[in-house]
Amino acid sequence: MNTLYKRLLGGKSGLTNLVVLAVLLLLVLPLSLDIFRLNLVGKYLTFAFVALGLVLLWGKAGVLSLGQGVFFGLGGYCMAMFLKLEASDPVSTKIQSTPGIPDFMDWNQFTHLPAFWVPFRHLPFSLCAVIALPVLVAGVVGFAMFRRRVGGVYFAIITQALALLLSLGIDGNQGYTGGRNGITDLRTLWGWDIRSNSAQYTLYFATCALLIMLIMAGQWLLSGKMGKLLNAMRDREDRVRFSGYDVSAIKVFIFCLAAGLSGLGGALFVLQVGFISPSLVGIIPSIEMVIFAAVGGRSSLYGAVYGALVVNTAKSLFSESLPQLWLFLMGGLFIAVVVLFPNGLAGAWELGKRKAGPLLEKIKSRRRILLPDAPLVSAFEQEKS
Amino acid sequence: MIANTNTQLALSDLTVSFDGFKAVDGLNLSIEKDELRVIIGPNGAGKTTVLDLICGKTRPTRGSVKFNNRELVGLAEHEIVRAGVGRKFQTPSIYENLSVYENLEVSFPRGRSVFGCLSFTDTPDVTERIQRVAEEIYLKDHLEVEGAVLSHGQKQWLEIGMLLMQEPRLLMLDEPVAGMGPAEREQTAELLNRICKGRCILIIEHDMEFVSRIAHKVTVLHLGKILAEGSMEQVQNDPQVIEVYLGH
Repeated sequence: MNTLYKRLLGGKSGLTNLVVLAVLLLLVLPLSLDIFRLNLVGKYLTFAFVALGLVLLWGKAGVLSLGQGVFFGLGGYCMAMFLKLEASDPVSTKIQSTPGIPDFMDWNQFTHLPAFWVPFRHLPFSLCAVIALPVLVAGVVGFAMFRRRVGGVYFAIITQALALLLSLGIDGNQGYTGGRNGITDLRTLWGWDIRSNSAQYTLYFATCALLIMLIMAGQWLLSGKMGKLLNAMRDREDRVRFSGYDVSAIKVFIFCLAAGLSGLGGALFVLQVGFISPSLVGIIPSIEMVIFAAVGGRSSLYGAVYGALVVNTAKSLFSESLPQLWLFLMGGLFIAVVVLFPNGLAGAWELGKRKAGPLLEKIKSRRRILLPDAPLVSAFEQEKS
Repeated sequence: MIANTNTQLALSDLTVSFDGFKAVDGLNLSIEKDELRVIIGPNGAGKTTVLDLICGKTRPTRGSVKFNNRELVGLAEHEIVRAGVGRKFQTPSIYENLSVYENLEVSFPRGRSVFGCLSFTDTPDVTERIQRVAEEIYLKDHLEVEGAVLSHGQKQWLEIGMLLMQEPRLLMLDEPVAGMGPAEREQTAELLNRICKGRCILIIEHDMEFVSRIAHKVTVLHLGKILAEGSMEQVQNDPQVIEVYLGH
């Protein structure tokens, strides 16, 4: 039991990180921001789920995926399909030529709901699909690629192609998917109005709670044998294989895990923002998600959260004041971080702590020497030992 | 079916060609239990390729590898390892970022599947095995040291220790004393003589003095074929071997 706690919390330094993050997310931000800004933070945090997955996949397992938007999108679309169907009841869509189906289907002269939409009438199915569909897709793609030892740049390119494929596929099939506009005008979740202020607060706190729980789960995972094995695999994949491990199975597992996290993030995004579109699925968002992880520190679970928060906050601020410059600035930020702090914010923090540590020690010891009263010093020393 | 119950590893007609070049050509070799066999030969003779073929890193064009009467050709690398074959690489392959203890722990043959790995805990039998192996490879006092800071020779030992954790019945070592000083060579020879009991060992080595100290039998490889086989003395006096390898 004791070790379980230790593994979940990540030791003393892990506990500090956890408390700081929890205080920031659950107290400081809700008390200092209005609901509009807080909702924005909630949106950023949904990207933190993807970044968390990337920390495991890229930072820990050494597999870079440039297609995490695919899984974010799949999770988001699964959620949005349920919400859209609930919003398209026959009464509120009675002006359509076919009432009871989503508006964009009606615009495309559909007269009945496509078969693959039908199960999304049910909430339990939709909630399961939010995680299961991304995991399934990642499982198939991962199995096909890792079995054949496709890795490194080739894997990154193929996942990127996947992101392009899915975003184009959604874009080009307006009748089935809502096309470029995406799925919009989402209102209620099982009768609960998700647009109300109180719902926004609830969803924000639910997002925070889930995120913190998943960070703890991640710490549990990494503090056990899996953490060591991933470290070993990144360092010497061949050695791991010749120690009797099926390296591809472990990579598939981590890829699926990252996909499930992204899908969950996508669903929470839809609930808080109220829409989903192919612009969140394609290449650019997928690369942005990698940047969140890189800026935060690709091998730090906490770094992922701060990376998502910092980059998205900067994006909001700059795109409000200097919209044309934003992409350049983000590119610059990415380059600066990679060049100056290869381990991102988390790496800079660690470096700062290491530099500050001896300095603090020095100050402490100087104070001890400066103390004029000898007995006091020895009492202090005794107390220490 | 079993011709000789003591034969552990039997290669027959093992051949691999890379774009028409036969790196290993119709090789027949058998190793018995408790035997320590050394393969020597000039550069490009196909020594490392033979190990690659046995452990599944390279697929043979023709021929078979039978280990305890089980065909290994066609199995995946990790399946061959699980069948009891351990292999050390030419350059020491250890996990630099993990401690000696963790290096050995990861090599412990339990929790190799994804879910086995998730539920793996460091039980007393694991700790005990790690202690025992660490003592065997002269790293008992270095358990908490990170792999990266070990000396070259210690890394070689650690990799041998990682293999011992798996309790392999066939141990293949590619140049285990490369980069070692005389004292370390001494200790390694002792180690190898100790661990060959109950299993068989296949070693590639260049250092003839070292070979003569450990080898039960020597196989000389040249251009993918066996040039000579026998005791060290026999091989050293073989005119052909002197001609192509040992020199006058």
